[in-house]
Amino acid sequence: MLELFRSLWGYRGFVFSSIRNEFSARFARSRLGGLWMIINPLAQVAIYALVLSNVLAAKLPGIDNKYAYAVYLMAGMLAWSLFSEVIGRCLTLFIDQGNLMKKMRFPRITLPVIVVGSCMLNYLLLFAAILAVFAMLGQWPHWQMLWLIPLTLEVTALAVGLGLILGVLNVFVRDVGQVIPILLQVWFWFTPIVYPLNIIPEQFKSVMAYNPMFPIVSAYHDVLVYGRSPDIQGLLLGAGVAVFLLLLGLFMFRRAAPEMVDVL
Amino acid sequence: MSLLSVDNLGKAYRVYGSEFQRIGRWFGLPTKPKEEHWILKHISFSIQPGEAIGLVGQNGAGKSTLLKMITGTLQPSEGRIQVNGRIAAILELGMGFSADLTGRQNVYHAAGLMGFNADQIDAVIDEIEAFAEIGSYFNEPVRTYSSGMQMRVAFAVATAFRPEILIIDEALSVGDSYFQHKSFGRIKEFQKAGTTLLIVSHDRGAIQALCNRAILLDGGTVIKDGAPEEVMDYYNAIIAQKENSTVQVHTLADGGVQTRSGSGKATIDSIALYNTEGAPVEYVGVGDNVCLTINVNINEALPELVVGYVIKDRLGQDVFGTNTHHLECVRTSLQEGDLLSYKFRFPANLGVGSYSVAVALHATDSHIADNYEWRDLALLFNVVNMSESTFVGLAWIPPTVECE
Repeated sequence: MLELFRSLWGYRGFVFSSIRNEFSARFARSRLGGLWMIINPLAQVAIYALVLSNVLAAKLPGIDNKYAYAVYLMAGMLAWSLFSEVIGRCLTLFIDQGNLMKKMRFPRITLPVIVVGSCMLNYLLLFAAILAVFAMLGQWPHWQMLWLIPLTLEVTALAVGLGLILGVLNVFVRDVGQVIPILLQVWFWFTPIVYPLNIIPEQFKSVMAYNPMFPIVSAYHDVLVYGRSPDIQGLLLGAGVAVFLLLLGLFMFRRAAPEMVDVL
Repeated sequence: MSLLSVDNLGKAYRVYGSEFQRIGRWFGLPTKPKEEHWILKHISFSIQPGEAIGLVGQNGAGKSTLLKMITGTLQPSEGRIQVNGRIAAILELGMGFSADLTGRQNVYHAAGLMGFNADQIDAVIDEIEAFAEIGSYFNEPVRTYSSGMQMRVAFAVATAFRPEILIIDEALSVGDSYFQHKSFGRIKEFQKAGTTLLIVSHDRGAIQALCNRAILLDGGTVIKDGAPEEVMDYYNAIIAQKENSTVQVHTLADGGVQTRSGSGKATIDSIALYNTEGAPVEYVGVGDNVCLTINVNINEALPELVVGYVIKDRLGQDVFGTNTHHLECVRTSLQEGDLLSYKFRFPANLGVGSYSVAVALHATDSHIADNYEWRDLALLFNVVNMSESTFVGLAWIPPTVECE
């Protein structure tokens, strides 16, 4: 494991230049370039807000801001977009980079690290955009937002852990790559992002307890919408799950790495 | 200590009944693969610093798999590879280049992929730019490059740092002939500085010009490892080998190795070189007229017979070769028991040195189709300079000179 980090450190230059290249490649030959990364989720928020605000706004308790629903959506979207982007890219990572892995010798672990770095960059841009929108809606940054640092780490760990496991499996069983986008879609709707928690029927609320994204998204809501500190207990449990999945993912990655090139 | 040692190396592709069995095995479940395809088996050799080794073999012999394991992209299924030094490969030039980035950015990226950090690359970036010689294009996006320009940049990066082992695939032909000479020069330079070359090629000339050792792979194992000339002869014989024909190797009195192959439907009875007086000679003066006589026995009725010969220098490089198909002297409808005598007359316009003659008896214009007999080192002779002015080189091209 130590060797893993040492080779990663030796290739830090490559990791940074890959992230930068990916970022600048997005600006090449596109007028808005990287802005599309922000416009996409914000447009989604705008659509949901437009379509659903009349139905759901009244049910959002504790806030009387008329833009409350939009704020609520953005907070959840921020967490989910990071989560789903990391998983989505890890899922096809080894297949996409198959040619490179077959032809060049370099530490394979750099690949998921590059994905995380690049997704994190998008996340920060989206966060900055959301802060700007919040300011326009009359909500200024506050100290509770520091909670977002551990929260971001938890989402990332969870997403990378799952992404590594699925990405490795997808090399050998390609069905994984087809079924996961569907499951992610289902998962999205089983997490209170578009709708508030209180409209969920009582008998389904117990199911939510098994959703590791539920405490995380709730914490984003607590911090960004209500400006209060999140529920520590749920987060710790989620963090435990995230660390476990991350270790399992790394273990499977280490085991599968020599065989992956054989089947790619 | 050897630079690279390969010990009983093998590679198998494993097929599992279900992929879940493979996954189970990572977690320690005792599942067995359903099938194993061995691509390579029992490969052992070691390489010393400064050697230049040609790796030859037909398609599918396992050359690429072996190279991938040496470079480290593939893991061996059994055996060990020990490498003491950095390996660079000119296998996939331009791997990882991104079309929207400039040449310069791509250089940083590609060198990073090879494991160098920004400071190390900063130190050689000017040299890379100068070596690639693509002018202001270096700061333009790679998508505007011609494929040759992309190759130039890729080669310049791949060889920016001298490795201990340099692997060169067929793609020795980088860009136009100017750049080919330039890149070849750099490879030679590396070799002089102590880099070991590992060259994969089907080009006999390249192997014999560059290498001092060759390894022949066939069917996933090393079947010959030795002097390039000997290995290449054997390789040629394998290619020419048809069903029910044999490959024989004789060690000649002078230590050379003669390779014979063919179906034996026609055989070489004798071969000799005569001077104008009709006496057999071993030493020939530069420019002397000589007659190469090849007597052929017909052992089975043949529809067609072509006799070809190649004169080779002491390194085994072809100097001149032709056959009776091209000379328009093809004999047809031959009967068993016929004895034919071919006389090839030519002036020995050769440079001073030792030469060998390889002879092939076959149908149609190439020995691949129907090989009756192929014999390397069938005849040896020496060219000496007895009457002409001093010159160097392989060929005698007598000039006249005027100075005004």
